[in-house]
Amino acid sequence: MNPSIRVKTFKIDDRDVSAREDETILAVARQNGIFIPSLCYMDGLTPIGACRLCMVEIKGSTKLFASCVTRVEEGIEVITNSKRLQKYRLRILEFLFSERNHICSVCVSNGHCELQSMADQLGLTHVRVPYRYPIQPVDATHERFVVDHNRCILCARCVRVCDEIEGAHTWDIMGRGVEARVITDLNKPWGESESCTNCSKCVHVCPTGALSEKGKSTAEMKKKQQFLPYLTWIREGRT
Amino acid sequence: MRTSFGKPSPPSEDRRWKIIGATMRRHGYQPHALIETLHTVQESFGFVGEDAFHYVADSLRIPLSHVYGVATFYHFFNLKPQGEHTCVVCTGTACYIKGASLILQAIEDEYGIKPGETSDDGKLSVLTARCIGACGIAPAVVFDGEIVGGVSATDAVNRIRRCLQK
Repeated sequence: MNPSIRVKTFKIDDRDVSAREDETILAVARQNGIFIPSLCYMDGLTPIGACRLCMVEIKGSTKLFASCVTRVEEGIEVITNSKRLQKYRLRILEFLFSERNHICSVCVSNGHCELQSMADQLGLTHVRVPYRYPIQPVDATHERFVVDHNRCILCARCVRVCDEIEGAHTWDIMGRGVEARVITDLNKPWGESESCTNCSKCVHVCPTGALSEKGKSTAEMKKKQQFLPYLTWIREGRT
Repeated sequence: MRTSFGKPSPPSEDRRWKIIGATMRRHGYQPHALIETLHTVQESFGFVGEDAFHYVADSLRIPLSHVYGVATFYHFFNLKPQGEHTCVVCTGTACYIKGASLILQAIEDEYGIKPGETSDDGKLSVLTARCIGACGIAPAVVFDGEIVGGVSATDAVNRIRRCLQK
């Protein structure tokens, strides 16, 4: 361990914890078995604070902090669950569900979808905003995989894993706001992509049924994410 | 996508690629020169085409999808060639309240093109902008680069007709 990195002690939900100063609140909470909801965060990928589900309160501040991108500080008191946070988290999930066409019963990821289980875990019973039902394309031009934009929540995990782990950066997000969409290369069909190496990493980090393998049934389409800690661990050993 | 080693060459003999090359050289071919370079492309060609995406991405060492993502994030960049004449309707808050949507509707009724589209004969493009900073004269419309304020729906159609006759 680098001796110049200091240790900070602080509280999460009244529990005393200590961490290296370069760690984030979310990482420390996970190490200590404290649950903070998240969707875009993934161990091994650069956090981007996009989904806002991991927001926490810090005593003395009225602001909310996305715990995946907030470094620990000496003496802070973090609250991971409150009425206010619950309200906001449910609202975020409602917006995610209403934004595109998340119809679980006909989704290949039904039963092992992170969006679905997050809604279940946080007790989302109904959506109070009208569904948008946008017309979204499904691209099945790739010989092995399918991208279904109806299920995409724009967490950018596919973008990050393709860039940071595979190194191809085939994926990116185009446009902005409600028109934003994940694309391969110059917004060309995935099957025509020259940079894609067919490695399937994006498929397996996708939290929903937006990316899936062709010809797999719901029972078979379990995402296998063990490669991520493994590759990270092997690469850390090389530097 | 880059498929060989060495310096990428311009897509064609067109001299305008030299200007784009010069912009990138001035910034030492650093990836952060992307937006600046896209500006030069748009100034030189009027739009950012596929060959330009490839040339810029390969020269600045940026993935294609990233370049595309940046170009589509900003409304300023056009990905298709524009018509001979352009009409930019401001849809910022002030102009919106003063009836920008009526202007757009009138143009659509007359020429059959929606914002972002170009007429089939390539004569006219209609675009929207989120506030051009001329809220005092709302609703504002830019006809071929000339800002006009207090435009009514009929005004707009008449002016476009005059522009097209030029």
